[in-house]
Amino acid sequence: MNNIFTSPRSILAARHARGKFWRGVFFSSTLIGLIALAALILTILNRAAGLVVITDAVDRNSLAGRPLTELTRPELVTILQDHLTRTRLRTLERNNGPLDSLDEETLINLVMEQVVKPTIRKSYTLAETLFQRAAIEQEIAAMRAETPNLQVEFRSWLNPGFLTRSMSATPELAGVRTAVLGSLWIIAITILVAFPIGVGAAIYLEEYASENRVNRIIQTNIDNLAGVPSIVYGILGLAIFVRTLSHLTSGAVFGIQGSNGRTILSAGLTMALLILPILIINAQEAIRAVPASLRQASYGLGATRWQTIWHHVLPNALPGILTGTILAISRALGETAPLILVGASSLINKDPTGVFSFFTALPIQIYNWTARPQPEFRNIAAAAILVLLVVLLSLNSVAIVLRNRLSKRGT
Amino acid sequence: MQKELITHPPLADAGSIRAIHLKKKPRLGEMFIQGFLFFCGAVSILTTLGIIYELGKESLLFFQMPGVTLIEFFTRTEWQPTIGKFGVLPLVTATLMTTFFAMLVALPLGLSAAIYLSEYASPRARSILKPILEILAGVPTVVYGYFALTTMTPFLRLLFGDQVQVYNTLSAGLVMGIMILPLVCSMSEDALSAVPQSLREAAYGLGGTRLETALQVVVPAALSGIIAAFILAISRAIGETMIVALAAGAGPNFTFNPFLSAETLTGYIARISGGDVAYDTPDYNSIFAIGLLLFGATLLLNILSRRLVARFREVYE
Repeated sequence: MNNIFTSPRSILAARHARGKFWRGVFFSSTLIGLIALAALILTILNRAAGLVVITDAVDRNSLAGRPLTELTRPELVTILQDHLTRTRLRTLERNNGPLDSLDEETLINLVMEQVVKPTIRKSYTLAETLFQRAAIEQEIAAMRAETPNLQVEFRSWLNPGFLTRSMSATPELAGVRTAVLGSLWIIAITILVAFPIGVGAAIYLEEYASENRVNRIIQTNIDNLAGVPSIVYGILGLAIFVRTLSHLTSGAVFGIQGSNGRTILSAGLTMALLILPILIINAQEAIRAVPASLRQASYGLGATRWQTIWHHVLPNALPGILTGTILAISRALGETAPLILVGASSLINKDPTGVFSFFTALPIQIYNWTARPQPEFRNIAAAAILVLLVVLLSLNSVAIVLRNRLSKRGT
Repeated sequence: MQKELITHPPLADAGSIRAIHLKKKPRLGEMFIQGFLFFCGAVSILTTLGIIYELGKESLLFFQMPGVTLIEFFTRTEWQPTIGKFGVLPLVTATLMTTFFAMLVALPLGLSAAIYLSEYASPRARSILKPILEILAGVPTVVYGYFALTTMTPFLRLLFGDQVQVYNTLSAGLVMGIMILPLVCSMSEDALSAVPQSLREAAYGLGGTRLETALQVVVPAALSGIIAAFILAISRAIGETMIVALAAGAGPNFTFNPFLSAETLTGYIARISGGDVAYDTPDYNSIFAIGLLLFGATLLLNILSRRLVARFREVYE
């Protein structure tokens, strides 16, 4: 490369041209990042909705000659009684209560699940649905020739039913309720454990710690922990919470039987350790930003150290601390690898009832559904990703609003 | 204390100043609080000790198993702990390959984007572009895994044909690069912005163009910060799990062909622990040996990176 200080004036134009060229390169690099983000979002939207071709084991319209939603409750009960064996009906009543007492929605779901048994023959992506309509219709016509009772409908895989149903082995009946509840339970424990400890550690390091060896080691250690891969925290959780402390985390100490250490409590504690360094570093920054004059004024009026911290430093640092906490939580919500290690199981379809329940979580469901080869599972994985992203996005917007309020007050 | 004050012999001169105790009073409540706060700080030390103890203990058990030696561990090219083949190399090469492709994407693009944002973009453009890039950093890695499997792999198969397997290290690596790009970009940008304005003005004053100023003055001045970003990016790539677990393949494979499936260190841990892995089996112990390898490698890189950042802070702050 020519050194700028020796370049003759005659090549000035060439230098400017080179400048222009590289400016383009730098700009396109930034653009590629944006394009990648757009591609990511489009990929997910593309799979989250589209045409589906469904065949019913029993044609749903032939059941009573009218659409199911128009039927009354007794009629629905009759359909169930007509089509199911007595043992099957007994199992249903044992699980759900007497048929006569169920509301219409549950009955329709039961009829769909037990009698109609829709199976998805083929599903199309949103892009195919929008831009290759003619080809799809040809294909469907060919399928109709073989099996006459085909239903073709536009399906958004992310629908109210998807949010409220629990796990199922058939993708069209699967939902994320269990997973969302599992994630919420885990996060609740994570916050309960990590927030007080994290803020406490930050206060100690910023307000109390003198410049000595021990405190320097603590600070360096926190910075290093922040860079440890999340899967290593998973291994730690497996060894300590799941195995060594299994009496505590399985609830055996509290008289709960039939559980092992692979519980919500273990997952929550593991996640707490994972986000602790991030939370501490964020909280430290917030506390450091509180002007020293506030502390001096408080000391000058005779307040003790803790009074100063509790009444003056913390209230001023709170928005910053909360922002940092929210960002740490959104990290924990999306983490998958540690949960695999501490034993999340995607096959769970019972809602968690407490901290000693076995669990599944939203990212775990996404992982498992993505790993399956059938395209329908990719569809519900996309829908679950949308749920996760919406939650994360709203959390982050709260954090940004908090941050803006903070910076406004600061000036 | 109070009592002591009162029982003091009265001073001879009533007009003189009363004796004041300047000694700090011990306050039990305050001491208790300080003790608790210190404990909070110490939790992080306990975490580190816990990691080192557990990884070390189980790894020792692993290396005490019949047929496992350190030499074999690092030189054999087959990894099947259940049937007594303990060569970690196939997992290491797969990790290095995904890391290499990730860096191929993240380093040049991240640095270029950082140069653009720091040296070229108007404040307005920057205030729009930066948050959008930050969104990329906030997307969970399992979503990137989904993206690799459903978009990147089909795209690569379109480009290179059927020699690209459904699971392959190239796809996982490239998508990982996209994931790490924002990290490289924001860390490098911090380093570039920390370079004093006077250096740029001096270069302009000597007749340098914007590009020449950026590449021959600003970037060299921020070099240690940029290298720190690069090193941290490598560490991140080595420890990344979900993308490789979904897109790179399940099953160790000693190969340097990026189109073939190969399991990485992290991918192996995720697969083995996916079911209910029984305690004290070769599989279980091998997780810890590999975890130790990962922990050691990433820790070294992180420490190196932080040293470099500290150095450039010293120079300019």
